Amino acid sequence: MSPGHPSTSSRATRVLGGLSLAGLALLLGYALVWSPADQVQKDSVRIMYVHVPTAILAFGACAITTLAAAMWLRKRSEGWWVLGGAAAEVGLVFTGICLITGSIWGRPTWGTYWDWDPRITSTTLLFILLVGYLALRRIDNESGDAAQRGSRGAIVGLLLFPNVVVVHYSVDWWRSLHQKATITRLDPTIEGTMLFTLMLGIAVFSLIFAWLLVHRFRTGWLEERAEHAGLEQALVDRRAEAATGTAAAGGTSR
Amino acid sequence: MFRDAALIAGKDLRIELRSQVTTQQVAPFSILVLILFAVALDPDRGFLARASAGLFWVAVLFSALLAIQRAFTIESADGGRDALRSSGLDPAGIFLGKAAAIALQLVVLEAVLAVGVVVMYGTEVTGVPLLLATAGAATAGLAASGTLYGVLAAGLRVRETLLPIMLLPVLAPVLIAATKSFEAALGGVAADGWPWCGLLVVFALLYLTFGTLAFGTLLEES
Repeated sequence: MSPGHPSTSSRATRVLGGLSLAGLALLLGYALVWSPADQVQKDSVRIMYVHVPTAILAFGACAITTLAAAMWLRKRSEGWWVLGGAAAEVGLVFTGICLITGSIWGRPTWGTYWDWDPRITSTTLLFILLVGYLALRRIDNESGDAAQRGSRGAIVGLLLFPNVVVVHYSVDWWRSLHQKATITRLDPTIEGTMLFTLMLGIAVFSLIFAWLLVHRFRTGWLEERAEHAGLEQALVDRRAEAATGTAAAGGTSR
Repeated sequence: MFRDAALIAGKDLRIELRSQVTTQQVAPFSILVLILFAVALDPDRGFLARASAGLFWVAVLFSALLAIQRAFTIESADGGRDALRSSGLDPAGIFLGKAAAIALQLVVLEAVLAVGVVVMYGTEVTGVPLLLATAGAATAGLAASGTLYGVLAAGLRVRETLLPIMLLPVLAPVLIAATKSFEAALGGVAADGWPWCGLLVVFALLYLTFGTLAFGTLLEES
């Protein structure tokens, strides 16, 4: 992150990235080749090795955003501010992947891309909550540097996780009255290679999540620096302009 | 705190009484929404009556958005918000006052909508205690969360578009719980509705507490 090194990677993130890619290759092997097909869901169960990890990490991202908002409100240090946005952005991507994979899985399993299942409904609402939070942050970002930055983003960030939890449970409760176990869910008693593959999926996607988060955090941090640098440069330019202006004025009066 | 709340609520309601925006614009809008539902859903009376609980609350939500936005535009002119900030009033009191004023307007809107639903959708009213309790709890929750998110969006260039995208997903639990509770009351099995009413009370308390604590910070920066 030195000025001469414009990349956002470091030795640690290169190792993290390498591990993520290697893990992804291993996961592909297990998910597509070495793990057996499910008795009920057949091959479509393999989507779960992407779907479940992204769902878990999407919720994890919200927790990070809320934590970062709380810390920002206490310490007012830029790092927490940038982290909150980075986690929400990466979380939005994971929520999107979770929705898309869930929908693809739903087609062969339920016979439809969309079902008013509690999880689909609450995940969609989570997606929109994240979009709203990021829209607000963008406005906060436009409003100047960290010292003047609004607490709006932080307050909404602070409410993000509680809202996700309330929405999740109320939607769960809402739908559970309509349908009770009428659909085949992922077999709760999975074991052996399938369980291992799922755990591997969670581990690998956690690595990818961390990798993306670090890079997004660093680009966010650089954006902040660039803004500061731009402001300082503008001040310097303006002063120089004023100085030459005075000099010129002095010259003519003499 | 409560004296300040009463002051603010009184001010907001006086402005509404004089400007008549709620009665002349928001209330007709809510009735219009009911008509639009009927047009969209084939005004076969049986269907509208069955769906009336959900339609009623969606109409309340849309009207609430207008009322909330209105509650903050009245202070946008002539540096009203600066005056409010420098007035020395307790921010918690300002929050409660604005929420109370919004709540009172929502009660009026809900009464208008209730008449509309009964007359136009042919809904039979049963389980009145549950209906009233649900409406009370939901209104408190709507007003509290609406005031909190309303001040967040107040003063921004994009407030009209930002408020719905932020507030409506947050209000999803209110819509769900109020609808289920109303369905239970209108369907005759009131006992099924009370737990939902409890959820509404919890939601309202949560936002009332959070708003009371956080409003000062937000008002500083709106």
